[in-house]
Amino acid sequence: MEIGAYSFGDTQRNPDGSLRSTTEAIANLFEAIKHADAQGLDYFGVGEYHTATMPASSPGAMIAAAAAATGQITLGSAASIIGTDDPVRIFQQFSIADAISGGGRVEITAGRGSSVETFPLFGHSLEEYDELYAEKLDLLMTINNATSENVTWSGTVRSALDNLAVVPRPASGKLPIWLATGGNASSSARAGQLGLPVSYGIIGGAPHRFAPLTELYRRSGAAAGHAPESLKVSVGALGFVAPTKKEALERFYPGWHNLNVEMGQLRGWPAPDKRAYLAQADAPGAYYVGSPDEVAERIAHLHGHLGHMRHFLQMDLGGIPQELLLESITLLATEVKPRVARLLAQK
Amino acid sequence: MDIGAQAHTASRGTIGILGAGRVGTAIARLAVAAGYRVKIATSKPAAENALIIEIVTPGAEAVDAAEASGSDLVVVAVPLHKYKSVNADALAGRVVVDAMNYWSVTDGDIADFEADDRSSSEVVAAHLSASRVVKSFNHIGYHEMEPDSAAPGAADRRALAIASNDAAATEQVAAFIDALGFDAVDAGNLASGRAFEPGTDVFNGRFNADELSVKLHTSLVAA
Ligand SMILES: NC(=O)c1ccc[n+]([C@@H]2O[C@H](COP(=O)([O-])OP(=O)(O)OC[C@H]3O[C@@H](n4cnc5c(N)ncnc54)[C@H](OP(=O)(O)O)[C@@H]3O)[C@@H](O)[C@H]2O)c1
Repeated sequence: MEIGAYSFGDTQRNPDGSLRSTTEAIANLFEAIKHADAQGLDYFGVGEYHTATMPASSPGAMIAAAAAATGQITLGSAASIIGTDDPVRIFQQFSIADAISGGGRVEITAGRGSSVETFPLFGHSLEEYDELYAEKLDLLMTINNATSENVTWSGTVRSALDNLAVVPRPASGKLPIWLATGGNASSSARAGQLGLPVSYGIIGGAPHRFAPLTELYRRSGAAAGHAPESLKVSVGALGFVAPTKKEALERFYPGWHNLNVEMGQLRGWPAPDKRAYLAQADAPGAYYVGSPDEVAERIAHLHGHLGHMRHFLQMDLGGIPQELLLESITLLATEVKPRVARLLAQK
Repeated sequence: MDIGAQAHTASRGTIGILGAGRVGTAIARLAVAAGYRVKIATSKPAAENALIIEIVTPGAEAVDAAEASGSDLVVVAVPLHKYKSVNADALAGRVVVDAMNYWSVTDGDIADFEADDRSSSEVVAAHLSASRVVKSFNHIGYHEMEPDSAAPGAADRRALAIASNDAAATEQVAAFIDALGFDAVDAGNLASGRAFEPGTDVFNGRFNADELSVKLHTSLVAA
């Protein structure tokens, strides 16, 4: 089982609660990825997000820099919002990063995005939400599956490519392309039909309830003739690791609270409720917050339901102090990962 | 049909569900568990959904939208910006539960719902003009539906609000809600549906029937 992290960037806060610079947030993210690599974490995902509190707006740029500064870790977007971006550009950025990584360490995860801010930002109409996503995914796959530099494609949401060069090609011929989903059944079926690995973003509820979706994914894939080994599942969730559960809960809460206050102002939610936080942080909730033993046990337990091959955590939210993030990454890589491996070997 | 009659009878009637997304499939599972015959459809032909339904909502039948629309009670849970793709003629005369929300921060602005200050269900009802529209199920997260459902009389049972201009339809949907595991609280006519739209206390919380009545009342008085 691969163990990893993901981040949308996390802008630090001053003691009075005001936001510090987004520049610092990007520098912190870069440091966190290098640290994760050095500690032996398997995967780091950079999620496209466009707010002052979460400014990792361009995963491709971040991953290219990280590819040069790391040695073993797999780097990917988590996710790239492809409906409002240009798949030609995404592919080029990630295959350049792949070349810089030495080849084979860079992946793309294609997603829809959980909010709609990229539509006005990049000048797209929400009316075309589904078409944009479906066609741009098709274009991205067409480029990736091309057997030469030259690509031919046509659709309705973007100009056609008539035997045009899209370069460079990835070192190993293709980039892994994952499909991100938040739990819509038809997305799981579609990922299976396309034979793409699927990444579940589980941000609330009980993660083991995703088991029917993974079954749907695998059966849809098998029905479409895809080999079982190409049908991979990963899970991204919120979490935090500290020496004890008490410390983990205390360290993660202020950031969780800040994030929910911000989302609440935007979406008209009430003040966040600590009881909801605590409930999600206990089995079978969605937050993997605890000591290495507890987090490892919960990941291994979920593996019994979903059979996923990668579990990765978003640990930096709402201005979590950088040193606590780095410690959580260390514990995830050096304490949680071997425990998960042991637990799964016992099964 | 005796929708919402005594628990665990096989003759509860047929529920049609338009939308096999997060909400549609959660309601379908609850309805199957409550003993209804459940027909679920998307905009795609039934055959394309067969595997999804078999695995995600075992016991429900994947059908075409026209067939689901002919059920005793029909739940509409499609993305709101597609509400006009729901065939109004097929739903003429039916009791239709509108589980949809207008929530521009997550779904973007939709002109039809920005035009005036009608509740979103009034706009939907203008499209489904020959149907008996009831607003409900919109203010509970799809992932809360199954864990929060409880037997009638359970302590602190979660309650769902209902709004409709049709008293008989309200009664029918209240019985359906009860069978699925929630108390039902009548908020009044469709216009009152705004008391549990996104941004309200009701939308944001989890309440039992007494609490919900108070919240709805406060919200309607303030409006
Ligand atoms: N998510 C929640 O927790 C929650 C809770 C309460 C209420 N709501 C509201 O419920 C509605 C549905 O949300 P969701 O999260 O379930 O959406 P979703 O997961 O995106 O699912 C929407 C479903 O509707 C289908 N559909 C689209 N057009 C259709 C048509 N004309 N006839 C029949 N089916 C059609 C889609 O399939 P095809 O595109 O393949 O046809 C899909 O199965 C939204 O208005 C939402 O605001 C959501």
